[in-house]
Amino acid sequence: MTNPSQLDEIGIGGLGASRKRVEDARFIRGRGNYVDDITLPGMLHMEILRSPVAHARIKSIDTSKAWEIPGVRLVLTGEMAAQRNLAWMPTLSYDTQAVLATDKVRFQGQEVACVVADDPYTAKDGCEAIVVEYEPLPAIVNPRQAHAPDAPIIRDDKEGQTDNTCYAWEVGDKAATDRAFEQADVVSKLSLHYPRSHPSPIENCGAVASYDPATEKLTVYMTTQAPHIIRAAVALVAELPEHMIRIVSPDIGGGFGNKVPVYPGYVCAILCSILLGTPVKWIEDKSGNLISTGFARDMYFDGELALRRDGRILGVRFHADTDQGAFFSDAQPSKFKIGLVHSAFACYDIPTGHITARGAYTNKAPGGVAYRCSFRVTEAMFFQERIIAAAAADLGMDPAEFRRINLVRDDQFPYRTPFGFLTDSGQYQKCLDIGLAAIDYEQFLREKEEAAKHGRLLGIGISTMTEPLGAGNSREYDILGIKMFDSAELRVHPTGKAILRTGAKTQGQGHETTWAQIVAHELGIPAADVVVEEGDTDTAPFGMGTYASRSTPVAGAAVAMVARKIRAKARKLAAHLLEVSEEDVEWELGRFYIRSAPDRGVSIQECAAAAYGNMPDGMEPGLENNAYYDPPNLTWPFACYIVTVEVDPESGVWDVLRVVAVDDCGVRINPMIVEGQIMGGLTEAYAMSNMQFITFDADGNCVGSNYMDYLLPTAWETPGFELHEVVTPCPHHPLGAKGVGECAAVGGPAAFVNAVLDALSDTGVRNIDMPLLPDRVWEAINSGQNVSGAPPVRS
Amino acid sequence: MYPARFRYEAPESLGGALELLRTYGEEAKVLAGGQSLIPMVKLRFATPELLVDINGLPDLGYHEVRDGALEVGALCRHVDLEYSTGLDRWPLMASAAPLIADPIVRNRGTLVGSVCHADPQGDWASVMLALNGSIVATGPNGRRVVPAGEFVTGPFQNALLPGEIAIAARIPVPTGTPFGRYLKLERRVGDFATAGVAVALELAGRTVLTAGVALTGVGANNIKVVAAEQVLAGSALEPEVVEEAARLAAEAAQPRTDHRGSADYKRHVVRTFVTRALELTPVAV
Amino acid sequence: MDKRSITVTVNGATRTAEVEPRLLLAHLLRQGLGLTGTHIGCDTTNCGACTVLVDNTAVKSCTMLAVQTDGHEVTTVEGMAKASELHPVQEGFREEHGLQCGYCTPGMMMSAMALLQRNPDPTEEEVRWALSGNLCRCTGYQNIVKAVLWAAAKMKPAEV
Repeated sequence: MTNPSQLDEIGIGGLGASRKRVEDARFIRGRGNYVDDITLPGMLHMEILRSPVAHARIKSIDTSKAWEIPGVRLVLTGEMAAQRNLAWMPTLSYDTQAVLATDKVRFQGQEVACVVADDPYTAKDGCEAIVVEYEPLPAIVNPRQAHAPDAPIIRDDKEGQTDNTCYAWEVGDKAATDRAFEQADVVSKLSLHYPRSHPSPIENCGAVASYDPATEKLTVYMTTQAPHIIRAAVALVAELPEHMIRIVSPDIGGGFGNKVPVYPGYVCAILCSILLGTPVKWIEDKSGNLISTGFARDMYFDGELALRRDGRILGVRFHADTDQGAFFSDAQPSKFKIGLVHSAFACYDIPTGHITARGAYTNKAPGGVAYRCSFRVTEAMFFQERIIAAAAADLGMDPAEFRRINLVRDDQFPYRTPFGFLTDSGQYQKCLDIGLAAIDYEQFLREKEEAAKHGRLLGIGISTMTEPLGAGNSREYDILGIKMFDSAELRVHPTGKAILRTGAKTQGQGHETTWAQIVAHELGIPAADVVVEEGDTDTAPFGMGTYASRSTPVAGAAVAMVARKIRAKARKLAAHLLEVSEEDVEWELGRFYIRSAPDRGVSIQECAAAAYGNMPDGMEPGLENNAYYDPPNLTWPFACYIVTVEVDPESGVWDVLRVVAVDDCGVRINPMIVEGQIMGGLTEAYAMSNMQFITFDADGNCVGSNYMDYLLPTAWETPGFELHEVVTPCPHHPLGAKGVGECAAVGGPAAFVNAVLDALSDTGVRNIDMPLLPDRVWEAINSGQNVSGAPPVRS
Repeated sequence: MYPARFRYEAPESLGGALELLRTYGEEAKVLAGGQSLIPMVKLRFATPELLVDINGLPDLGYHEVRDGALEVGALCRHVDLEYSTGLDRWPLMASAAPLIADPIVRNRGTLVGSVCHADPQGDWASVMLALNGSIVATGPNGRRVVPAGEFVTGPFQNALLPGEIAIAARIPVPTGTPFGRYLKLERRVGDFATAGVAVALELAGRTVLTAGVALTGVGANNIKVVAAEQVLAGSALEPEVVEEAARLAAEAAQPRTDHRGSADYKRHVVRTFVTRALELTPVAV
Repeated sequence: MDKRSITVTVNGATRTAEVEPRLLLAHLLRQGLGLTGTHIGCDTTNCGACTVLVDNTAVKSCTMLAVQTDGHEVTTVEGMAKASELHPVQEGFREEHGLQCGYCTPGMMMSAMALLQRNPDPTEEEVRWALSGNLCRCTGYQNIVKAVLWAAAKMKPAEV
């Protein structure tokens, strides 16, 4: 029998502990196990030949010289893949995508052939020896061109496709919104382009596919954020039975949504392995990653706010055109063609709204939903905060005050947005107040005025938003027909140590550290006594992976639920050990005790031992269980980001003075890790606003397909961040946590852009498309005109 | 990411290197820092038959005054210049060195190699033009010294004759009080210059004895703005002189409109940076 | 097959290999010698994930040929720790949450180590400048800077 627990939750690494990361031990020693680190006996290497042109008929492919190179084992073309029904594959958005081009190439960088050889150098030699004859066709590089009446049909492979429209979508109440606009005193309009970006984790995509003819089992080590989705997709595409496919996602060098889709390279590697009966490794290079894998954003907005003179927003409406590239391959819940873009304006009390959206096929890589976007919420919140800034300016109102008037108040929860979302909690005004105090708002406005007298341009930008995380409940959310729950399996061993597996897949978020903290919180088992594994479909319970900041809200909840199931059984064991009935047993961290005699208790470890060696009659032995969590609702973190900048009017260069971030993501399991996520997101917000984008010239040549042109900020440019915290627990999550991984990438960019435009407020410029490169800022200042960044550009 | 095949030799003497170049001619490329050459070879933009690695040649890593000029050996790395304590009389070089590429690339890349590579967005060529430097080449016909302006003959083209190696750069010792500044507009560390400006002055009291002005990234090659130099020489950097020099520099620039900006923008940056560099001079009004 | 024999001292141990001249140092380390701690992240010499020390100088191993290291010394992340004792830079990264996915980390730590060898007491600005050849996507750099400063403090000789 044990004495009173006196366990310190922080001391055992429970909820709220900034526990040092378990993962670090191997990463700092260079002992990570990333896909390219894996070597299997007999493994061969695959390289992909990509199209140099954006839109062309393939007249001929001559692979004869490639086959002659010593060390080349297989040269695969679209024609060969077609013989096995694998030249095309279904996408996660119910379209089809070419695995290897057959009739046409439809974007620069598209996969045309692949070569398998003894080593990657030889495989590359093989690719260089393939001769392809192309007959160029006109290229389409933006939706306007795509929807023009005389535009060439890009998807002439699809029966019944008579134009370049990919989808059309609509939500909201048009009639009520039109009425609101008729009654408006002021209508604020804004059009902008959220440019194409790319998640670009440092590690590129890759796979080691190993089909064993002896066992007929396919094992694929793959850079994937969602191994079970991949297994389902591979079963579909390769027509192999699901139980004979094992997907292993080892250490992943960053995901950010780039590693969710099924890429042609994976399919080719699998097919080559099946054909050759040996393991085949495919690791793409950075150029391949940037030019062909799931990009992000590329959305055009035209929108308006209906305003009352006192500052109240009466209604909102906008149209969004998305550039989907050559194939509709977005990884997003299947009912939502444009993700959760209709979560825009959820933090504001607006009675009515209407959104229309249309997707276009273009001659570019497929994608759109990626890069910490929470399913297009980045686009939604960017447009929201940009038009909020414009509206405040139109009304001649202070932008903080304008937000204060319109933000949903604490007493309004639960709040139904005009587009059907239910937000359940938040302290929006409080976060705004903390942000304004931290940046010393009034003082900055005085400094700005003073600086203007000396010709210096200072600016301040605010961005406030709540965003939907934790997709999602089974009524509305599915991918490929599979509901978006998640899972956890917990096995407590006889000595009270444990192993936990979930259906999520960490790519740097620290699950091995934080999930153990949840177990510590629920069971009082020290976090260090819990090992966490993810990513192997043979051992992990079925889950939908990690993206859209869904892990803490869904998988984390499953961890809490399974731990509670374990605790419920342990309670019975405790009653048995203490020789009392269950109703007389109380719980405190790590210990059950008799209510009327608190000195008499048993530790959770003693219960674990009893589960294997001293069970009550009739009880199943063991202390292991699993849980599948179907979230009742999305979670709704809130953030307020405030940025101050100084703009050099002669060069257009702008420097960040300060970045203040106030994040309310509910209960924080590991504050250190939460802050790391916020800083990572803020950096991406800075990157997108300052230098980072992909664009195209009129011929469809991609500008931004390598790190010379696709600019990621270094430690030198990246500003410092001041982080603040508010905690409004999520009312439906078992731990009150909301998730945070993407918040800063979602809300951050508008703060930077609003700040620069505020510095330029005397010029009358209303919009500069991101990234606000020095030359664009200068053009705006000099011309007094808005600056668009939409393609085509001069290369 | 995977180069095509090539042969490789690492001679241990200058004579050995020259012999290889004589034998292989155009098919051979000299490998010094390799921070421009190897990336091109990896992407198969360059497919030489032979790489002649000169990193083993002795006594080429120096930078010091020899025979009345600052001489920078072919294996003197950017980082050596960045942390040099011997560049007091060449402040333009001290100003430019930290802005080349990024810190790790600077450990290997060389000034001489950079000038030979003749990338119009390369920074050192502008420095050399502004300082009236030259390249020392050696080859079958012995040693010759080629002024920087004649050494770079076009984008990625230099005046080395078949069989020649550039073994050093020479920069004159200033007679007056030297001032120099390199201003580079880059979107981020490691990016090529949107526009770069090299300004070097020799002063006697408040008077400019000689001036050097050269531009990066705004033409088919780096541009020496002789007109601006002439306007500055003999002046006391009066505001109207500074303005005229800046105007002439902008006029001499031949930028292309591309994804780094319009031609007008780049000219404006040139004008702004020349002005700012001159205004940083201790004697500027 | 114009392969040649090279002898390189890697993390203090003499290693020999038969390599084609075109083999990049990064590939020698990863595939030839099984030292997979050095990572490859780009193909244009920008990201710095492949940074190692050659003769104690930070070098992007993707932009150096393996043959160039014949007769030279190479230190990789696997050589940072002495026996079971971590290098202070490694400790700093753990203490200050200077890594998330871990992919840029070996190269980042190599650059940090090189910095502290040259400048044992850097300012924050000097740290950011020294690391401007290494890209990170996850952390936002703030904690990486703190990690390096933590290591610098730990490596200072004790005050008398």
